Amino acid sequence: MNEASLIGLLFATVSFGALLYLAALGELLAEKAGVLNLGVEGMMAIGAVTAFIAGVEFRNPWLALVIAMLSGALLASVHGFFTVGLGAEQVVSGLSLTILGLGLAAYLGKDYVGLPPGAELVPVEWGSLSELPWVGPILFSHAPIVYLALAFGIAASLILSRTRLGLALRAAGESASSTDSAGHSVLGLRLSAVAVGGALAGASGAYLTLSITPQWAEGLTAGRGWIAVALVIFGAWRPSRVGWGALLFGGTLALKTRLQTFGVDFSPIILSMLPYVLTLLILLIISIQARKRPSPAPAALGLAYRREER
Amino acid sequence: MRKRILALLALLFAFGMLATACGDSDSSSSSSSSSSSSNEDAETEAASETKAAFIMVAPIGDAGWNYAHDVGRKYAEEATGVATAYVDAVPEGTAEFDNYVKDFINQGYNVIVGTSFGYMDAMLALADEYPDVVFEHVSGYKMNETNMGNTFGRMYEPRYLSGMVAGSATSSNLIGYVAAFPIPEVIRGINAFTLGVQAINPDAQVEVVWTSTWFDPVVEGDSAQALLDKGADVIAMHQDSTAAGEKAEAAGARWVSYNTDMSEFAPDAYLTAPVWNWGPRYVEIIEDAKAGNYAPSAYWGSMADGIVDLAPIASDVDQSVVDQVMEAKAAIIAGDLHPFTGPIMDQDGNEVLGAGEVMDDGAMLGMSFFVQGVIGSTG
Repeated sequence: MNEASLIGLLFATVSFGALLYLAALGELLAEKAGVLNLGVEGMMAIGAVTAFIAGVEFRNPWLALVIAMLSGALLASVHGFFTVGLGAEQVVSGLSLTILGLGLAAYLGKDYVGLPPGAELVPVEWGSLSELPWVGPILFSHAPIVYLALAFGIAASLILSRTRLGLALRAAGESASSTDSAGHSVLGLRLSAVAVGGALAGASGAYLTLSITPQWAEGLTAGRGWIAVALVIFGAWRPSRVGWGALLFGGTLALKTRLQTFGVDFSPIILSMLPYVLTLLILLIISIQARKRPSPAPAALGLAYRREER
Repeated sequence: MRKRILALLALLFAFGMLATACGDSDSSSSSSSSSSSSNEDAETEAASETKAAFIMVAPIGDAGWNYAHDVGRKYAEEATGVATAYVDAVPEGTAEFDNYVKDFINQGYNVIVGTSFGYMDAMLALADEYPDVVFEHVSGYKMNETNMGNTFGRMYEPRYLSGMVAGSATSSNLIGYVAAFPIPEVIRGINAFTLGVQAINPDAQVEVVWTSTWFDPVVEGDSAQALLDKGADVIAMHQDSTAAGEKAEAAGARWVSYNTDMSEFAPDAYLTAPVWNWGPRYVEIIEDAKAGNYAPSAYWGSMADGIVDLAPIASDVDQSVVDQVMEAKAAIIAGDLHPFTGPIMDQDGNEVLGAGEVMDDGAMLGMSFFVQGVIGSTG
């Protein structure tokens, strides 16, 4: 293994980590408020396709990113409407959202398959920082969405732990009725958390088509939205831990084929399973510990809230 | 009570979504069949007329494998006047495939072409069920005696030629090869490519990365990047997307694409490509079916038959190299040159084929070893 290969591996780890982190962060916000949204894969696909279409039509990558985030939020709000508004089963609605998102993305993107990109978010120049040995190429030569992911992560962490809004949001996910009694709108909190979560999943999709592989094709997300869902569990619903988990899972994506170029004979299929195996392990640990201390999962996760049925 | 209504609503919602998602694949078939409706109108006796339906595993917009089949479909429609239709993005090993086929047959389609390896067993069963329909399976090896045959091409011939071009273009003497799955078809391609590389540049080596996917632009691009990081300055591929070429372009390296001429996706990197030309073979199958004398065969067409070819070579490649490649091409077509002619050594230096011997079809179809000069493992 030469230096360039190692740098390439670490660069890809950070890049894939950011891709997963954005989507997982969105899922985390929704789940913190008590709404499980299994539609991440669909929202990512919608973000990816709308970012690409907007790039081709408007030739502005930032506008494309904003449109992708709005589209993700809009799709997520469909889930919000059914689960929060009508109290429908969250798993069913979320799965439907994945199917809807993938189908809609394929439909919208039909005329854009095989087109060259209209706009790309190219790596940020950090001046002398980008020229540092090792650190420069690994950390300071990424597309802007990677740094946005970090900023969103820090912001989410601060909001959840240090602000009244965060407290109310977490309360909505732990005990909706007491949040309601305290005078907060459970409906409003949950709907916004789901929409913001969708926007982040949309940004994750946009990272695919604006930077990682600037092209659109059906099936581009290839199940990465599901890794993001697993990541939230793996990170025990904490933004910082989910961040480290994203780097770990991003590393498995980066290693998947690189391992072969390092001369290691290891099945890439096993590596692809690793995120899920690790998540199952964490689930196991959580359930074993459940006897001694409460589960890190929001207590009201997956439960619809209706005032009159308290 | 209210809960029950909501559950029902959610269920309806789910079905609605499913319908939307499936409706999309439908629209591609209906849009294409409506595009050919002029043919259908011309021949109104729907029962006896020949109509051909094509089923593809990935979107035809992929610029690769499926796109090449769609070009062939349109060519055949033009040449035979027979109405055709297609449906794309139909997954292998699911009931969806059977449903589409039956749907087509109910609509009067009596030639079914399946263009993905994994359709093989389902097609064989359907051929049994519908003895009056002609089934042609691309890239498989199963057939029956009455109404199902298979078609493939000797892609190793143009692969060898593309290897010659790649061998002349590398200065690091490391060529990367992004490949889908370690099956004989892919391994044969890698070996033929490597023998071509070494015919021009005996010092060059070909390093293989398996992606375990036919179509995942992210993984394909990242695998190419890994090879570029390691020092490869030419990237070849056995994949269906253009992602590897985009990474080569960004790194200032060169690229041998596959399936179709993909030069527009990476104009500076593009060198050449081994390509498919399905049209003439599809015409043959449809004409046979129309005349009522379709006889199943295991068709393995060559460059001489025209089913495979080498795409134009980039204009900045030395004329002397182009001449050499064209000379080899003429020799292959004339039957004077076979890419798998001994002596051929495996990776460990054991002689697999003696000097002057030509590998037989059986050995080529079951190939599971890498020739000397390939870095990587076959499984």
